Parts: sequence; C-alpha cells; structure tokens
Amino acid sequence: MGERTVLELQAVSKRFGGLVAVDRLSFAVRENELLGLIGPNGSGKTTVMNLISGALAPSAGEIFLGERLISARPPRHIARAGVARTFQLVRLLPSLTVLENVMAGAVFGHKRLWGREARNHAARQLDRVGIGGAASLPTSALTYVDEKRIELARALASDPRVLLLDEWLAGLNPTELETGIGLIRSLREEGRTIIMVEHVMDAIRSLCDRCVVVSSGVKIAEGTPDDALSDQEVIRAYLGDENA
Amino acid sequence: MNRRELGGVVLVAVVFGLLACLPLLKDASYLLSLSVEIAMYTVLATSWALFSGPTHYISLATAAFYGLGAYLVAAGINVFPYPVLVGLAGIAGGVLAALVGLATLRLSGVYFVIFTLGLAELIRQVVTWVQNNFTGSRGLYVLTNITQSIIFWELLALAALVFLVGWLVARSRLGFALRIIGNDELVAAHSGIHSAAAKLVLFVISGIFAALVGAVIAPRFTYIEPGIAFSPELSFQVVIMALLGGVHRLWGPLVGVIPFTLLWELIAAHFPTQTVLLLGLAFLLIVYFIPNGVVGGIESALERFRGSQRG
Repeated sequence: MGERTVLELQAVSKRFGGLVAVDRLSFAVRENELLGLIGPNGSGKTTVMNLISGALAPSAGEIFLGERLISARPPRHIARAGVARTFQLVRLLPSLTVLENVMAGAVFGHKRLWGREARNHAARQLDRVGIGGAASLPTSALTYVDEKRIELARALASDPRVLLLDEWLAGLNPTELETGIGLIRSLREEGRTIIMVEHVMDAIRSLCDRCVVVSSGVKIAEGTPDDALSDQEVIRAYLGDENA
Repeated sequence: MNRRELGGVVLVAVVFGLLACLPLLKDASYLLSLSVEIAMYTVLATSWALFSGPTHYISLATAAFYGLGAYLVAAGINVFPYPVLVGLAGIAGGVLAALVGLATLRLSGVYFVIFTLGLAELIRQVVTWVQNNFTGSRGLYVLTNITQSIIFWELLALAALVFLVGWLVARSRLGFALRIIGNDELVAAHSGIHSAAAKLVLFVISGIFAALVGAVIAPRFTYIEPGIAFSPELSFQVVIMALLGGVHRLWGPLVGVIPFTLLWELIAAHFPTQTVLLLGLAFLLIVYFIPNGVVGGIESALERFRGSQRG
C-alpha cells in the first residue's frame, strides 16, 4: 500500500431538504488501497459514491483527487480526472455491442483512446474480467454476472486513478460470488485504488485493507475490517442496542 | 477505408451522377418537380435524423430554420448576390440553432418538442407582424432566373453533403458519444462525455442544413409569405418521413422520403382539403405499427431469419 493519498473527503455533507444523508464525513484513500465503505441500509453509502463521482454535489465540504478539488464539478470532469464507477443497478448501453460498451470507458474517460487502439484496449479489459469471447455479442445475450463484468470492464477501460464499486457483488449466486471476489482481489493485487460499497461481509473481511463504517451519514468507525467490525458502536448500528 | 466502404462510396457517386442527368431529359418537368420535392425532403429528413436519431429529441423546429433561410433570400435578393444569401442563410440557421440549443437542450422530452414547435410559430408571428407594420405587404417576391434544374442540382449537392457529414460524424468520437447519450445519459456523463455540447453540435448541423434548403428552394416559390415559409406542416412531414424510413441508419430517412412524397402528391391532388387530417393519420399509423421505421423492421426481420438459420 502506498503512502500517497489519492482521494480525500473533508467534512463532506449532503442534505436533501431537511434530511441529512451525509454528515461531515471525512476519510482518505491511499494509493493501491482497497477501502470498504460499509454501514446498514440507508446509511448514506451510495450517496457518498454519488458525491465522489459527481452525480450529486455536496452541500458542504470538499473532495480532492490528488491535489485537485473535484467536489461540485460535473461528472464528466471527474471521470476525465480519473474516477470511474459501476452502478448499484447495472447500467449497460443496450443498443451497443459488448465491446462498444467497454469502449465507452476507453474513449471518453481518463484514458481517451480512439480507433483501433480503443478497440484493442477494450478487448483487453474484456479478457481481464474473463469474458473476452463475448466481445461482438449484443448486451441482451448476457447473464446478470456477465453484465456486471461488462460494467467493470467499462470502468477499468478508462484506467482510473480511483475505482468506485457500488455493491458490485450484490445479487450474485455463491459460485459467481467466489469468482467475483477473486476478480476484485486480482484488481487489488494489480495495484488498483478501489472504494467498495458492499454488504457481503465475507468479501469485506477477505478483500478490504481498511473499512469506513457509516451510520445515518456519520462515520462511526474506521480501521482494518476486523477492528471496525468488532467496534461496539458498529455492532449497535447493525444489530440494535440489546445485542451490543 | 476498407474495400467494402470504398465500393459503397463509388456506388453512391454513380447514383448521384445519374440523378444529376435527370434535368437533361426531355419533357421531364413533372418528374423534375417531383424530384425536387424528394431531394428537398431527403436533405431535411436526413439532417433531422442526424440529431434526433441518436438523441431521441424530437425537434419540430425544421420549419423555423427552413423559413429563416427562405426569408433571408427573399429579403435580400435585390441587394446581395444569390450565393452570398445562401451562405448567410446557413450561418443564420446555425446561429439560431445554437441559441435555441443552449436554451432548450437541457429540457427533456416533451418540453423540448413543445418549445421547438412554438419557436417556428413565434418566428412566423414576428415576421407577419413586422411585415404588416413596416413593409406594408404580407409577403415578398423572389424573382430570379434560377430554374428548377438549378434548384435540383443544388439540392442534390446538399444531399451529397448531408450524407458525407453524417458518414463522418458516425465514424467520429462525436458519433460514438451520441450513441451512448441516446442509450443512457447518466452513463455518458460518468464516462466523461459532455452531452450538452455533443447534442448542440448536431442540432446546429441540422439547423444549418434546414436553413440552406430554405434558401435554395426560395426561388421556386416566386412569392413567399410567412404561412408558407414557416408552415408547421413541414416540420411534421419531416419527422414522419424520417420515422417511416428509420433513423438508426444514415440512409433510413431516404427510404421514408420517397414513398411518402409520392403518396403526398396523390393526397394533395385528390384530397386537397384533408391533407392535415391525413398527415395526422399517417403519423399515428407509423408510430404505432413501425416504430423503428421500414429499415429497422427489415433489419430485425433479417436478424430473426439469420437466427432461425443458425438455430
């Protein structure tokens, strides 16, 4: 794990009318680190992802990518600066082929390739996620796990400085889950910097270098998965007072 | 460019060359007049589809740009040389499209449709008001020695240009960006695409072409008034023809333009007072029965056929 901070949130808040979805949240992600962002349902995890990727603008606070201030910039700027994401509900481009779906990341994102270069680069990403044979298929021919792989390949195709995975493992069956965890582990070993929102505890324990636990938009713990998950307040947040 | 594309280019060039000989035929004035109509709608529908096909934004502003081009020629014909006016019309169409685009492309779906329809109507009313109050006449004469043949050649050149532009756009990053935008604008933004800029460029291109067509066709009218130049019927016809042919292929609208123009000739000849009613009916039938256009329908039928052969 590197010492350099790649992404940093400083006292970031998001209010929707009277509801405070994220409340003065601060954390940093270091180079080559896999950070897990966890918390009970409705704790604001996906909102945090949306704030980082620019889908939402923070009500207060700042987000830095390296030295660059990216908060309140439009998503296209943030994507070009080097943040790529997958979506909680998979979003593919149905009228494009599988390869073209992945090319979208290579052509317009951080990497900005075109023509044969973009095509080859996209094909490599498909191989990377294990579905190199599907390149010319329409997206309608895919299974759910393969759709997730395409989305991951699209995010990887931009060669992002930070990769955001929003419940990428959700909805997979046990066999697929094993493959999925293996795939994310291999990305980590490659030296990718990743923030992962996840509910699958096995994945968090076996993959994450560090965890940030949020509840009702407030950070309640931070540390290695074992430390964070055994924290009294975390247990209370997940299971209620009587079990703590 | 590979061999297949080269073959396509040669074929298109030959077809255009043959069409250019049409005015040389003897006693072909009816055929020529029909061909002018077809060429005109081909340019309008193809350039309309360049923008609306990938983005799914239905623009009813064609008449606004077309009327602007025609009126510029009519107003300036005694002052400037004709080619200069055509150039000015293109620029004016582009500028108007840019202004409208900046104001409206953030609007989604139905709001955009209504705005563009309103725009043509607004310009028509303004022109009528100006003419009633300041020029003392309702219309303008466009007296030139430009013949039907010249108009046809000009339109043919515009058609070649619009196909060339469409082909270049489709091969470019811009074309790829538009396909992504048409699929999912959120994904487009998160992939780093400036969707507002991409849509604006295409809207400006379609505005320029519509204004050029208006300028080229103006001498054919000899007398122009706002009701003719800014007719909302024209905008609807362009949409119908493009949808009938299919907007997913560059040559799709052409497939709609030819039968529809011929049909329209028949309707206008036999039921001159019911044209708008029949236009509406045609619109309903096309949207209901062939939503992907003739080309889209044929392609999915072929796909099914190949599928059954493989299976």
